Amino acid sequence: MFGKLSLDSIPYHEPIIMVTAAAIGIVGALVFGLITYYRKWGYLWTEWVTSIDHKKIGVMYFLVALVMLVRGFADAIMMRTQQAIAAGGAEGYLPPHHYDQIFTAHGVIMIFFVAMPMVIGLMNLVVPLQIGARDVAFPFMNNLSFWLFAVGMILVNMSLVIGEFAKTGWLAYAPLSELQYSPDVGVDYWIWALQLSGIGTTLTGINFFVTILKMRTKGMTLFRMPIFTWTALCTNVLIILSFPILTATIALLTLDRYLGMHFFTNDMGGSQMMYVNLIWAWGHPEVYILILPAFGVFSEVIATFTKKRLFGYKTMVWATAAITVLSFIVWLHHFFTMGAGANVNAFFGIMTMIIAIPTGVKIFNWLFTMYRGRIQFTTPVLWTIGFIITFTLGGMTGVMLAVPGANFVLHNSLFVIAHFHNVIIGGVVFGMMAGFTYWFPKAFGFTLSEKWGKRSFWCWLVGFYMAFMPLYALSFFGAMRRMQSYEQTEWQPLMIVAWVGAVIIAAGIACMVIQLIVSIRDRENNRDLTGDPWDGRTLEWSTSSPPPNYNFAYLPKVDSIDSYWEMKQQPGGFKRELATKFEDVHMPKNTAEGPIMSLFALFFGFALIWHIWWLVGLGAIGMFVTFMFRIFNNDTDYHVSAAEVEKTEREYHKRLEMQA
Amino acid sequence: MSDIHTSHDGASHGSYKSYTIGLVLSIVLTLISFGVVMTGSFSIPVMMVTVVVTAVIQVLVQLVLFMHLNTKSEGGWNVISFVFTIGILVLIIGGSLWIMHNIHVNMMLG
Repeated sequence: MFGKLSLDSIPYHEPIIMVTAAAIGIVGALVFGLITYYRKWGYLWTEWVTSIDHKKIGVMYFLVALVMLVRGFADAIMMRTQQAIAAGGAEGYLPPHHYDQIFTAHGVIMIFFVAMPMVIGLMNLVVPLQIGARDVAFPFMNNLSFWLFAVGMILVNMSLVIGEFAKTGWLAYAPLSELQYSPDVGVDYWIWALQLSGIGTTLTGINFFVTILKMRTKGMTLFRMPIFTWTALCTNVLIILSFPILTATIALLTLDRYLGMHFFTNDMGGSQMMYVNLIWAWGHPEVYILILPAFGVFSEVIATFTKKRLFGYKTMVWATAAITVLSFIVWLHHFFTMGAGANVNAFFGIMTMIIAIPTGVKIFNWLFTMYRGRIQFTTPVLWTIGFIITFTLGGMTGVMLAVPGANFVLHNSLFVIAHFHNVIIGGVVFGMMAGFTYWFPKAFGFTLSEKWGKRSFWCWLVGFYMAFMPLYALSFFGAMRRMQSYEQTEWQPLMIVAWVGAVIIAAGIACMVIQLIVSIRDRENNRDLTGDPWDGRTLEWSTSSPPPNYNFAYLPKVDSIDSYWEMKQQPGGFKRELATKFEDVHMPKNTAEGPIMSLFALFFGFALIWHIWWLVGLGAIGMFVTFMFRIFNNDTDYHVSAAEVEKTEREYHKRLEMQA
Repeated sequence: MSDIHTSHDGASHGSYKSYTIGLVLSIVLTLISFGVVMTGSFSIPVMMVTVVVTAVIQVLVQLVLFMHLNTKSEGGWNVISFVFTIGILVLIIGGSLWIMHNIHVNMMLG
C-alpha cells in the first residue's frame, strides 16, 4: 500500500533532524494559525496562489528563495562547524552519512532553490515592466512554472524528515548515484525534485524568451532594450538550450535506477563518464544562467545611481551575447582530470580563458560608467562595488583553474570551493541583493531601510572574505572538498577562521531579516508615491509603485535607450498627466489549474520516490485531467473596464498631487 | 490554396495533404530504423549510420511539416532560432563525441 514507505523511514534517532523538524512544525503551525485567525486563506488563494500576475509570481519566487536561503545557510554553518572541530582524529558532531547529505542538500538548495528563483523572480517582476508589456506571453504557464518549482522545493524539504536526501554531492555523479551504491531514496528525492522544478524552469525560459521577442512596446527595438532585459533574454536562450540536457540526463539515470537499465552503470556497457560529460554540458551554461541577470542588475544600478547613461551599451550587449555562446564550449573544464588527453584539455582550457575577455569588457564598462559620475552610495551601489572587486578576484582564480596543468593539482580541492563561492556569492548573491533592494519599492510601494541594508552588505562582504580566503590557503596545503574530518591539526586554525566568517555572514542574513521587518514597520515614512524613487532611467519607473495589475494604462512609446530618462530631460520634464480618455484593458484571468496540476505533480513525485504505484497513477491521471480541463477552458481572459482603469489612475494622481 | 490557413503572424498552419505526407514519412522512417536493428542482418556501422540518418530526417520532417518551420514565419525569427540551435547542437554533440572518443582512446576502454 505504501511502497517502501514505513514509519521506520522517519529518522527518530537523529536528534538534530528531530529538533529541526519540531522547529519547522512549530513555526508552520504558528503561520497556519495566524492565517486562519486573520481569515487570510481566501485572500492568499485569490490574490497569490492562483495569480497569473507576473509581479506577484516574481514576489513569490523571491520569498521562497529567501526562506530557502536560510535553510541552505543552516546547512553551510553546520558544515563549517563540523570542519572547525573534526581535526586530528576528532569525529565532530556529524556522522559521515549525515554530513554527506548536508553538503549535497546545501549545493542543490543554493543553486536550484535560492539562486534560480531569485533570478527568475527578478525577471518576472522587472522584464515585462521594462519592455512596456502588460504581462508575459503565457501567463498560465508562468503560474504553472512557479508551482512546479515549488513542488521541487517541497520534495527537498520533505526529505529532511521522511527518509533521507542524496549523499552523492549536488550533481549526483554516477555510478555513485546508481542503485548499486545508493540503494536508499535519497537520490530519488534528488531526481524528482530537480526533474519537476527543472520542467518549471524550462517553461519559464520559453515564456520569457517569447515575451521579450514578441511583447516589446512600440519603438523598443532590440538595441533599445534595457541591459537587464538583454541579459534576461540571453539567460532564457541558455535555459531553453541547456535544461533539456539536464532533463534527459536525469531521465536516463531514472531508467537505470527504476528499470534496471545501464546507461551510467559500471557494467553492461554503461559509461559513468558520459554522465559527467552530459551533466556539465548543462551545468556550465547553468552558471551563466545565474550570473548574466546579475550582470544586468549591476548595469541598471550603476547607470541609475551615477546619473549617467551606461558606458558602452552596445559592447555590453555583445559581451553578453559572446558569453552566451562561449558558455556552451567550455564544459570540459569541470573534468580536465577525467582523461580526455592533452589536445582536448588544451582546447577547453583556452576557450575557458577566452570567457574572461567579454567579462572583462563588462567590468571596464561599469568602471567607466562610474568614472566622473555622481555616484550615490546607496545599498545597491555598495553591493555593486563589492561585486566588482570580489568577482574580479573570483574570475582570476577561475582562469587559474582553467589551466589544465594547475587543474590537476587543484581538482576537487578546497580551491574549487573557494573559487565558485567567490563568483557565486560575489556575483550572483550580491547581484540579487542589489536587485532586491533596487526593485523592492517597485514591487511594494515603499523603500527598504538603507541603514540595515548597508549593515547587511558589510557583514556579507567581510564574512565572505573571512569564510573563503582561508579555503584558498588550505587548498595549497592539500585540503580536499567534502571532508567530514581530517587528520592535520595544523589546518584547524584556518578552519576556525572560516567558521567565524560564516557566523558573520549569518549576521548579514539577520540584518536582511531585520531590514525587512523595520522597513515594513516604517513603511508609511518610506512610501514611494511617484513610482520613481531613484530617479530611474527605464520604463518600469514610469508607472506607479506597485504598478496596477495592467502595468500601464497606455502602452508607452520608446524612441531611444533609457527613453524614460530622455522623457524626463525634455524641456518641462516628464509629466505624469492624467489621460483624458481611457480604454478597456485586456488581461488574463487568475486560474487554479496551475497549483492543482502541481499538487498532483507532488503526489506523482513523492509516490515515485517511495514506489507507491497507485499514487503514481493517481498523480499522473490528475495532472492529465487538469491539463485537459485547462485546454478546453475558454474562459481565460477578461477586460478591465475603462471606468476601473480611470479610477485606479485617478487614485494614483491624487497621491502624486498630495506629494507635490 | 484554399485549404492552407495562415495566422496573423505569417506562419502557415499546414494542410490536410502536408499532415498526411508528414505522418506517412515519419512512420516509414521509424519503421526503417526499427527494421535495420530488428532484422539483425546488418553490420553495426550500417545500423548506426542508418539510425542516425533516419533520426535526423525525422527531425526535419516533423519541424517542417508539423511545426511549420519556414524562412518567412515570424519575420525570420523561427529560422534564426533554428539555425542557432543547430549550431549549439553541433557544439555539444560534436564536443561530446570528441571528448568521449579521446577518453576511449587514452584509457584503452573496451
